[in-house]
This record gives sequence, structure tokens and C-alpha cells, in this order.
Amino acid sequence: MTGELRDFAVATDGLTKRFHQQVAVNAINLLVPRGAVYGFLGPNGSGKTTTIRMLLGLIRPTAGRHHLLGAAMPDHSGDVLPLVGSLVEGPAFHPYLSARANLVRLDSVDRHADPRTTKVRVDGALDRVGLLAAADKKYRAYSLGMRQRLAIAGALLEPRELLVLDEPTNGLDPQGTREVRHLISSLADDGATVLVSSHLLSEVEQVCTHIGVMHVGTLLTQGPIAQVRAVGEARVRVVTNRPQDAARVLRGLGLTDVALEPGLAIGTLGALAAEKIVVAMVQDGVPVTGFAVERPSLEDLFVSLTGEGFNVSG
Amino acid sequence: MSAADLTRGSSAGLNTGLPTAAAARPPRHVSTRFLRSELRLIFGRRRNQAGMVILALVPIMIAITVKLSTPRPGRGPDFFTSITSNGLFVALATLSIELTLFLPLAVAAIAGDSIAGEANIGTLRYLLTVPVHRTRLLAVKFTAITIFSLVATIWVSLVGALAGLVLFGGGEMTTLSGSQIGMGSAVLRVAMATIYLGLCFASLGTIGLFISTLTEQPIGATIALVVINVMSFILDSIPQLSWVQEWLPTHWWMSFGDVLRDPISWGDMTRGLLTAAGYMVVFWLAAWARFADKDVTG
Repeated sequence: MTGELRDFAVATDGLTKRFHQQVAVNAINLLVPRGAVYGFLGPNGSGKTTTIRMLLGLIRPTAGRHHLLGAAMPDHSGDVLPLVGSLVEGPAFHPYLSARANLVRLDSVDRHADPRTTKVRVDGALDRVGLLAAADKKYRAYSLGMRQRLAIAGALLEPRELLVLDEPTNGLDPQGTREVRHLISSLADDGATVLVSSHLLSEVEQVCTHIGVMHVGTLLTQGPIAQVRAVGEARVRVVTNRPQDAARVLRGLGLTDVALEPGLAIGTLGALAAEKIVVAMVQDGVPVTGFAVERPSLEDLFVSLTGEGFNVSG
Repeated sequence: MSAADLTRGSSAGLNTGLPTAAAARPPRHVSTRFLRSELRLIFGRRRNQAGMVILALVPIMIAITVKLSTPRPGRGPDFFTSITSNGLFVALATLSIELTLFLPLAVAAIAGDSIAGEANIGTLRYLLTVPVHRTRLLAVKFTAITIFSLVATIWVSLVGALAGLVLFGGGEMTTLSGSQIGMGSAVLRVAMATIYLGLCFASLGTIGLFISTLTEQPIGATIALVVINVMSFILDSIPQLSWVQEWLPTHWWMSFGDVLRDPISWGDMTRGLLTAAGYMVVFWLAAWARFADKDVTG
């Protein structure tokens, strides 16, 4: 475990938060490997933000412990948090200061920041989120989307090893959402680990290497995205005018749950390589006019895991 | 996995992983950057600038009113009747007027805002994740409140002294003991009274810092502190409560006038400073006890 800890940017062990009688987060073991883009998914109210607050030391866990970048929290927060950029539950800045002055303020309180490079780093962060032209506008005058970008800029004031982004696409239009996805990819390319939470699967699915699914305070599943996806079994559809014969071939190859529909034979693929099926069909003289391997979408998987639509509050 | 393993694992993780940015950017151990940023926030804010202007109107009004009216003889030697003899008395008269409400209110606005204001707009969670250690945050906020108290009091005193000197002139000053002191000595004594009161208001501000850790509503914290200030003055005026009065936060404030005795009477002002220091220590520690492991959910 000692050796493994440093391979994980985030590792929690039975992390739990109870508010009075309500259990907001229930003994989760979150594991985010270094270098991963980890999609932390779940409906609103499923405990994602509470978990993130605990990770960053804003609230105290009721039970359990956690490590960030291999160091125990909150004991080492002074060493670790400078390497962590975060966006927690929406943007928050002084309304009567400009965007630039707000970032300078954040930089001023950072004992690790070099004041000689503040201007360069602030402008660099603003540029990276596309706000440089609006840098001198008062925060008050910013739209929700601009505020969200400014918060991301705040997380990018220093080079980071871990970025914790809670609902970074909230309030962004489709174009802005795409830009945030690009940003996440480019941060990952720079070698940073990214933990990104969302209640909208489709917004982060494309950039994630790993996902974890929260539901009512419990981490239902987590792992590399292909592995999580594999939980849903692939089905094979063979379009043919002789479905009976096709079904016989499928059974012969060891497929299970073989079913017949007019002009169609369907089976569960299992461990078999899909390309062998068509070869076997042709050898047996079954005319194949269409062939498809279908996996349940992640969206379907979530509905089956959480037992409800993805946007329903838990 | 033992605790020792965890510690070893963590330090190894930080030192042998990717070249860490923290290693390249060691923390600056002594820096006034946070404090300067805090002061820029306080003094750069329109609301506070407007407050400072209002504070400065009082001495100007006093000076003009006294200039336009005929002094009524026969009353004891208070600061108002002495104004015509030396303009510096405008500063002292202003302080005696503003110490009951205006200056405490200004300090309450800043102190109430200190933690609750950041919690209210959510910037508190971003300060803590920078990270700013919570003890350091409270130390900087306390220092900023103290500096604001001193600056606001000096500002009021300075405007009063200037207005008075312009309208009534300076020169020798008659002390409350009846003796004459030179202009330089008079200025020094007014400055001492000003700093004394500034520190007294800062002790009230420290109570405000504590209240500010209890809520996410800065206005609520400000109002609570003003109520405490007013209550303290009310209790101080009830004779039956004399046994408790010397412990009230505002009890020794009026003693600032003792700088004008000849020689200066230090007894009450020393008690006043000790009381102020006591309130500062107790309420700063209370704020720390409350805030050090408070859940920040705002």
C-alpha cells in the first residue's frame, strides 16, 4: 500500500460524512490514478460536492481518511494543496473587483507564489480560458459562463499536478462546454491528473479515462472507462433471411441468450471474438446481410446502476 | 498500513514523483502580501471609502458650528468650549462624539465582513484551498481590523485637527489641569489619545472577528457587534451595575481625555489598554477555537 499510494493522485479509505442523521457520503474508496482524467459522476445531491469538500480539507470527514498526491490529508495540506487547483461548487469572487484583480488577490494570499511573475501568470491563466479581453471588467458584470471560466483560470494560476473541477461546465453553452473539454484534455496532456465531477455524463464522457459513479452517497462503481462499460454485456445482431439457421450457428459458437426476431438473430457475445461469427455464418452457408455488435451506452448503464434517470436528484 | 508507513509514503510520494512545483516554489516565510491585499480590499472598496467620508464630516461640522455660534460661558471645561482657544480641540471633541457610535460602527462593518463576508460570497473556500492556513487567515484578518481601526481613528482626528487649526488656529494649549503646554506637546498628546482609542476600537473589532466566524451573514455580524457596543454603553450608565462596569469593553474609552491632564494621568488609560488587550486575546482565541476545524460549506 505504501508504494501504491504515490501512484494515486487521490486515494480515499472509507471516507464518510454525516450531517446530523443524514449520511451524505458513505464509506467511499475513491481511487484516482496519477495521469487519469477521472469523471466523477452522479445525480445532483449524490454526494459528489461533499466528497470534493472533504478531499480539499474544507470539511472534516466523520470517518475514514484520504491521501492527495500520496500525502495524508489534512495533515499535509500545506504541502499538497499548492499542487492542487480546484473549482468547488461554482465560482466565487469579489463582485466589485475586476477579473484580473480577483486573480491577483488569489495569488497574493498564496505563500508559494512568486510576486514577480504574478502578472504573467494571471494573464496566462486568463488567456487560457479566453477571458483576457474581458480581464478588466468587474466580476459583477460577468455572465455565469464567464464566471465559470474565471474560476477555472483561478485553478490554473500555478502549474498543478492535480485539478479538482466540480461541475466545470455548469452554466456554459455548448460551445463553452466543448472548450472546457478541450482544456481538460490539454491539462491531461501536460501531465496533470484531473478529477472532474458532473451530473451530465455526456459532457465529460469523451475526455475521461476513468469514471466513478456516485448514488445516494455511495460509490457504485469505478475504474477505467472500458472496464466500467464492459459491465454491460455486448449483444450481437445478425440480419439474415434465415434467422433459424443463424441462431443455430450462434448457439454452436457458444453464445447465450440467443433470441429470434423476424429477419434477425440476437445473442450475447461473451468472450468470443465478434469477427469469428460472420466467418462461421458464411462457412455454414447462412446469408448475412447485416451484422452489428451493440454495447449498452454508458447512459443506459447509469440508469441501470442508479435505478433512475441521470438528472434526477437523489 | 501503520501511521509511520503513511508518513513515509507521503513524503516519498512528494519527493520522488514528478518534479513537484512546490519543491520549485518554496513558501515565503515572512510576507506581507496577504495583509497588503487585505488592506487594498478594505480601503479600495467604495462602501468603506464612503464611510470614511462620513466619518470626516463630523469634525468639519463641529468646527463650522462652533465657529458660527457664540460660546456659552459658565460650563465646565469640556472640549467643545475649549475649541475656540485651540483648534486641536476639534479633534478631541470629534473623538468624544464619534466614539459612542460612528467609529465603532465603522469597525463593526469591517470586522463583521472579515470572515462572514468571505463565507457569504464563497471566496472563503477558495482562500482555504489556495491554501491559506486558517490560523494565518485569522491572524491577517485581525491585523487588518486593527490597522483599519487605527487608520479610521487617525483619519477622524486628523481632519478634526486640520479643520480646527484652519478655523481657530493653534498655539499654546490649556490643559484640563489649567496649565499651559506648547503646540508640539499638544499635538503629541492628541496623537496619543487617538492611538489609544484606535486600539480600544480594535479590541471591539476582535469581538467582531469572533462573531464573524459564527455566521455567513456579514450584516448580521456587524449588527450584533453594534448591539454589543451600545449595550456596553447602556450597562456602563446604570449605577447599580458598578461592580461589572470596569470590565465592559467600552468602559475606559472616555479616559482618552486624561492625556490633557498635567501631568498625564496614566492610570485609567493603562487599565483601558489592558482591558483592550484582554478582549483581543480572548476573542481572537475564541475565533480560532471556533474556526480552526469548522466545516466550510458556504
